[in-house]
Amino acid sequence: MRVLAALVALALVGAVAFWVLTAPAELDPKIAQAMREPGDAKAGELVFWAGGCAACHAKSGDLSKLGGGAALNTPFGPIHPPNISPDREDGIGAWSAAQFAHALYDGVGAQGQHLYPAFPYPSYRHMSVVDARNLWAFLRTLPPVKGRAPPPGFRFPFNIRRAVGIWKRLYLSPLDPPEPVAAADTADFGRYLVQGAGHCGECHTPRDFLGGMIASKALSGAPVPDGKGKSPNITPAGLSKWSVSDAETALSLGITPDGDSLGDAMAAVVTDLGHLPKAYLTAIARYLKR
Amino acid sequence: MKRMFLAVGAVVLGISAGIAADDPIHARQELMKANGQAAKNVVAILKGQAPFKLATVQAALKTFIDTADKAPALFPPGSDKGKTHALPAIWTDKSDFEAHFAKLGADSKAALAKITDEASFKADFPPIFKDCGSCHQKYRAKEQ
Repeated sequence: MRVLAALVALALVGAVAFWVLTAPAELDPKIAQAMREPGDAKAGELVFWAGGCAACHAKSGDLSKLGGGAALNTPFGPIHPPNISPDREDGIGAWSAAQFAHALYDGVGAQGQHLYPAFPYPSYRHMSVVDARNLWAFLRTLPPVKGRAPPPGFRFPFNIRRAVGIWKRLYLSPLDPPEPVAAADTADFGRYLVQGAGHCGECHTPRDFLGGMIASKALSGAPVPDGKGKSPNITPAGLSKWSVSDAETALSLGITPDGDSLGDAMAAVVTDLGHLPKAYLTAIARYLKR
Repeated sequence: MKRMFLAVGAVVLGISAGIAADDPIHARQELMKANGQAAKNVVAILKGQAPFKLATVQAALKTFIDTADKAPALFPPGSDKGKTHALPAIWTDKSDFEAHFAKLGADSKAALAKITDEASFKADFPPIFKDCGSCHQKYRAKEQ
């Protein structure tokens, strides 16, 4: 009897500990405050293209209709990029700017639930608050679209959403959004784009068995989660045979120095990047070739 | 002697024709290699590493048109097995796959008619690369 009571007590302590450890973080009040100021939609459009939002949230064709895109087949099961159009019922039209920042920076949805890190907030949290605010302003100008994505088809235990809280404790760096970096064709701005909005590491950095990015191997290439092949090594060593202009051409035209054309998910990224000023692509190329 | 050359020539031709029929993976990869070389020549001009030559640009477009003609027949059922980056969607979404080649052919023909000098080349050629990308996005795996 005593043993049973002890076991029940232990299980209870465990459950409470799990609940406490996995609680979604509140949004930093300073960020919430900063998000209240009006954003610049025109500047936000550049963040939108740099962020590759349409690559996942739009079906190919009309990239302004963010009704949700094709499923991402992760090692944990399929997940469907949701509707982030301004539709009030099916999209994020009823969200506040602070709720948007909470999703972008902390991976917390409007109901206070954890978002799965298929949404690249581990990278997006390296975007400035000004960029986040401008992006929000731009998203509000897009047409509302009806329809909701199906829930993720993750297998146990990855279907326990609350457990994402543990994942965040393991892999998320403390939230400290950088100051805005001046948009110019510099390696410094390139670093800002690659690490933040561009979220290059989400595909090009290898992950451990729980899907956490291995920081010491950043951008050194990783297997494509769905299907065959590999996202290549884009460190300076991996790109040793490429010039800055080769890298820039690959990003703008999708053509490598061998005359090959980039495929798979990178083709959609190139389509998004094609909307950016040339200086942005030069910046990324200069940073990658640093 | 002349007859022997002819005979050898006939055998070589026969073998290459045979390769196309027996080894569609190899045949389509050869087409794609030719496209890659054509794209490489054109990109060199776009980047200012090679002087503009209308003949080079036209040859590249003709290579693309040739591919658009021949490639759809080089993905017979069963040719998803082997040393290939071809993705299964090619065979599950065949009509869309073939529509991409049709678009590449049509766009390349239109560009061939339109491009007469360096200015029209710089304006009208780069959009063709989107045809490469949009097809590779759905139907070709990344590097192995």
